[in-house]
Amino acid sequence: MKKQAKFGVGIGVIVAAMGFLAWLGYGESKTYYHTIAELEALKGSALSQRMRIGGTVAVGSIRHLSGRVDFVLEGEGKTLPVSYIGTDPLPDTFVDKSQALVEGRPGPDGRFVAEVVQAKCASKYEAAPGGKGGAAASPTERSGM
Amino acid sequence: MDVFGSFALVLAFVCAVYAFGGGIAAIITRHPLLIKSARQAGMATCCLIFLATFSLEYLFFSDNFSIAYVVSHSNRDLATFYKIAALWSGQEGSLLFWSFLLSIYVFSVLIAYRNKNGELMPYVGVVMAGVQIFFLTLNNFVASPFKALAAPGANGMMNYVARADGNGLTPLLQYPEMVIHPPNLYSGYTGFTIPFAFALGALLARYPGEKWIHLTRKWTMIAWMFQSLGILLGAHWAYAVLGWGGYWGWDPVENASFLPWLTGTAFLHSVMMQEKRGMMKVWNVWLVFITFLLCILGTFLTRSGVVSSVHAFAQSSIGTWFVGFLALIILVCFGAYLKNRDYLKSENQLDSIISRESSFLFNNLILLVSCVAILSGTLFPVFSEWITGDRISVGAPFFNKVNIPIGLLLLFLTGVGPLLAWRKTSTDSLKRNFGWPLAIGLAAGVIALMFGFRQIYSWICLILCVFVASTVGLEFYRGAKVIRARSGASFVTSAVELTMRNTRRYGGYIVHMGMVFVFIGLAGAAFNHDIQKDMRQGDSLQIGPYTLVLQGFDTKPEKNYTAQRLLVEVLRDKKPIMMLYPEKRRFSTTEENGTMVAIYSTLKEDLYVVYAGNSPDTQLPVLHAYLNPLVKWIWFGGVVVVFGTLVALLPNRRAVLVLAGAQQLAVAAQPMAHGLAPSATMREGHD
Repeated sequence: MKKQAKFGVGIGVIVAAMGFLAWLGYGESKTYYHTIAELEALKGSALSQRMRIGGTVAVGSIRHLSGRVDFVLEGEGKTLPVSYIGTDPLPDTFVDKSQALVEGRPGPDGRFVAEVVQAKCASKYEAAPGGKGGAAASPTERSGM
Repeated sequence: MDVFGSFALVLAFVCAVYAFGGGIAAIITRHPLLIKSARQAGMATCCLIFLATFSLEYLFFSDNFSIAYVVSHSNRDLATFYKIAALWSGQEGSLLFWSFLLSIYVFSVLIAYRNKNGELMPYVGVVMAGVQIFFLTLNNFVASPFKALAAPGANGMMNYVARADGNGLTPLLQYPEMVIHPPNLYSGYTGFTIPFAFALGALLARYPGEKWIHLTRKWTMIAWMFQSLGILLGAHWAYAVLGWGGYWGWDPVENASFLPWLTGTAFLHSVMMQEKRGMMKVWNVWLVFITFLLCILGTFLTRSGVVSSVHAFAQSSIGTWFVGFLALIILVCFGAYLKNRDYLKSENQLDSIISRESSFLFNNLILLVSCVAILSGTLFPVFSEWITGDRISVGAPFFNKVNIPIGLLLLFLTGVGPLLAWRKTSTDSLKRNFGWPLAIGLAAGVIALMFGFRQIYSWICLILCVFVASTVGLEFYRGAKVIRARSGASFVTSAVELTMRNTRRYGGYIVHMGMVFVFIGLAGAAFNHDIQKDMRQGDSLQIGPYTLVLQGFDTKPEKNYTAQRLLVEVLRDKKPIMMLYPEKRRFSTTEENGTMVAIYSTLKEDLYVVYAGNSPDTQLPVLHAYLNPLVKWIWFGGVVVVFGTLVALLPNRRAVLVLAGAQQLAVAAQPMAHGLAPSATMREGHD
């Protein structure tokens, strides 16, 4: 029984330590998904959370400015102006009418400030590249190990 | 050819149903002819799937643009080998490809064991046929790749139409690894079906544990090798084609491929507990079950878009089928386990906390913890939506926080585990085996500190890498020394001889060495840095020891795209060393863009250069340069892992002396013993 207890303690320590680390990582990186319509309804502290919003890039709305890229996302009949302030170049698939997923926080003036933009061309490219491929992971999303 | 292909698929489905139903009947009646016919139906299924796959390839090569799948994934100008790869570039084709690769495994198993293991094989055949039926259902009725294009005609009837040219392959996929990465990964995913079929079959047949484990060992290793290779090729692809300077982003689809690898790795280790000590029987069976479930889950996540990833944005109805199949497998596994669990009783108990057994136990534990963490992180959006109504995702910090310490622990066990004795390890043997490696590892750590190494995780990783490499080196050295003393051959020859005599053990060490190289490469990531600059012709940019000078631009028309290139000269210590050509590609058929990264790679670091478009302010081209230390070690480590696995797959060479009689042979085999293993030729299974 004593041996079993030793193993039990060892296993417990490892699992607890990993659980704690996971909890820290969760707090640091949790991101809420919202639609553009939902964003309008958000109030208070919910507005300061890190979030992801998906939509279609409005035709002709992409404007490259110094230090940022402005564009408008459309979805469910609503629109959302976005400023991308990340340093990484936007993905090649980011063009008019592409489906984009922006990650960041709503700004005070109603513009959404995005740090990460993922995009895929709406015309085709339905599913994954034959399985997975680190391939289509977003070019602006830098994390890595 | 499309009619031929779809007909072959329908027939394959019929044959698979027969192999399944006939197989069950054969198990009940034990009629030899029924057993034979079920097996042959299984083989026929495979051959028909081969035919269907070849006919789809034929449609690609004959530019048949009346078929929807060909139109969406190919065009006339597409290079030959991308026409091969177009097969797995979309939903329908990849599912057919899944069936195709699975058939290769199933066919090999049915052929290899046609006259062996009579009690077990009918069960195995039934399980394999069951899996094939599921995928053939998708191929035939849900996502047929042979659908013809049709348009409503004047009279309201649907008419077949043909296009002049196809839409072409997505630019992201037009990269050499598109041709080799998915086949490898899929060979891994499908390959785990075989150990699953054996495990479930053996459980149903109450077949002795040592036997099925012995039978599946090679199959598991093959699947594991492909999975490892697939993951690394995927990482390399992401690194070389996306231009973000990284190779792993904890994307759901990447994670999906990593999960079965973790449990598969756990299984490859824990089977040794069962072989040597008759322990962990329940655990092993469930590890195989879970590995297979994760393979199906991986295919499901990729295909269904349940978790949004750029890989699989679109929602698709195919998900329901996968959920159903997963539920069915879980039910069957649970049922079989509950019915026959008495046959999985352990024969031994753990003796000591410092023993081979406990090192395997902890190895399994942390692989599983990692698996659970990654799985829950990946599926977090789904679960959080169920529970709280909010869709919450977690990102890289979550995955890194858990997995970096786990990786280091695992690395530590890689060094320690193989040298611990079974049951209980004496203090003496601990000193003998670990004294030097530990000293060398710590020395390396001290030297690194003196050179200003301040990243804690990378520093620990470095010490552990040196430690593990030393233990492996010491093992080879000791073994080879004994052989050398007897044969007088050179050290290298002796080491090769040593490896060939116990391929599983020393092949395993080579795999461990490969993992050490991979870890060295991963540790480098803590020191990555990058710089971005708008460049005029003649401007230069300094990164690390390199100076990049923009010599000019050009435009290079190619068959399928037009490339805009930057001509960048690389200087080191004011001496020119090479030219790099980062590109932007414009694909004519799809009007899509692609980025081509230019990399100058050395063992010390990668100089990674991206043409990041033109600056909105100055209209000048933007050059983004990254300096990523040690990345090459990851790819090199992958090659070593594959090599080690191949070695471990070889049969052991016997220590036969020329003209030795039977008696001499027995004598000759014994004294081959070296310091550690009582007999290198007799022992098996020691990594």
